[in-house]
Amino acid sequence: MHIQLNGEALDLPDGLSVADLLERLELTGKRVAVELNLDIVPRSQHAATRLGEGDRIEVVHAIGGG
Amino acid sequence: MTQSSRTDKPLVLAGRTYHSRLLVGTGKYKDLDETRLAIEASGAEIVTVAVRRTNIGQNPGEPNLLDVISPDKYTILPNTAGCYDAVEAVRTCRLARELLDGHKLVKLEVLADQKTLFPNVIETLKAAETLVKDGFDVMVYTSDDPIIARQLAEIGCIAVMPLAGLIGTGLGICNPYNLRIILEEAKVPVLVDAGVGTASDAAIAMELGCEAVLMNSAIAHAQNPIVMAEAMKHAIVAGRLAYLAGRMPKKLYASASSPLEGLIR
Repeated sequence: MHIQLNGEALDLPDGLSVADLLERLELTGKRVAVELNLDIVPRSQHAATRLGEGDRIEVVHAIGGG
Repeated sequence: MTQSSRTDKPLVLAGRTYHSRLLVGTGKYKDLDETRLAIEASGAEIVTVAVRRTNIGQNPGEPNLLDVISPDKYTILPNTAGCYDAVEAVRTCRLARELLDGHKLVKLEVLADQKTLFPNVIETLKAAETLVKDGFDVMVYTSDDPIIARQLAEIGCIAVMPLAGLIGTGLGICNPYNLRIILEEAKVPVLVDAGVGTASDAAIAMELGCEAVLMNSAIAHAQNPIVMAEAMKHAIVAGRLAYLAGRMPKKLYASASSPLEGLIR
């Protein structure tokens, strides 16, 4: 399936969950937040939330700012 | 007990009490070590952070800002800097709330223009309404327009944060008269956010009666950020005490400090 991750196109095997994606990105256990098609995916729902064709995902973290 | 704690009430924001009236940003530092040392020297208890896309595949082992500035030790104030409309700002706040495990306190900042980083007050008002309805405690960056400041307080923002000068300019308190009008009719805490360049600017903001000051560049872009952070800590305390003490009236002519009686002739 084709998704958009942080604005970049990405090909992934079908049926992955948000948790699977974070594991592929080596972000498991890191303090990140996930938005899927403009809705927040709470951390508790990462494993249960499946990704689908055309999904737009944002993965964010905190950095220095004023 | 210090004099200040005898005469002053602590700063209360969203039901939480703070002893420091200095809020600091975490941007523009050389590295995370300098960030940590400067923030420690500032004595700040509330620290702003930005929310940005994770760099996928880059430096996965890199230390995270929140490992250095721990949410257990500091009140983290995620900001929406870099957002140019209400929709982006609201999305950013929702991501921040998820990032910080349901933490409701946010700094709303919707910008209008890259050259001035002046706030877009129309989009700011829209975002504030949505965020307040959504249960956020909104501290809002705005222009020094007293009418907009009043409207933001009426919407339900918990603090109004007018700029003293443009972000990152260090020009100081450019329009103290507008700030005075905002302060005079304030129903919620007013903080100066942006424009402070050095310690005297911070003291002036506090002498005007601001509840606190938020700054980033004035510390991070000082020649020695850690020493400037400490200077700012003292300036905030000095300015606050001077405000509480009430300054002497200004006079045109001299008034001798030593008695006029008993002079030798």
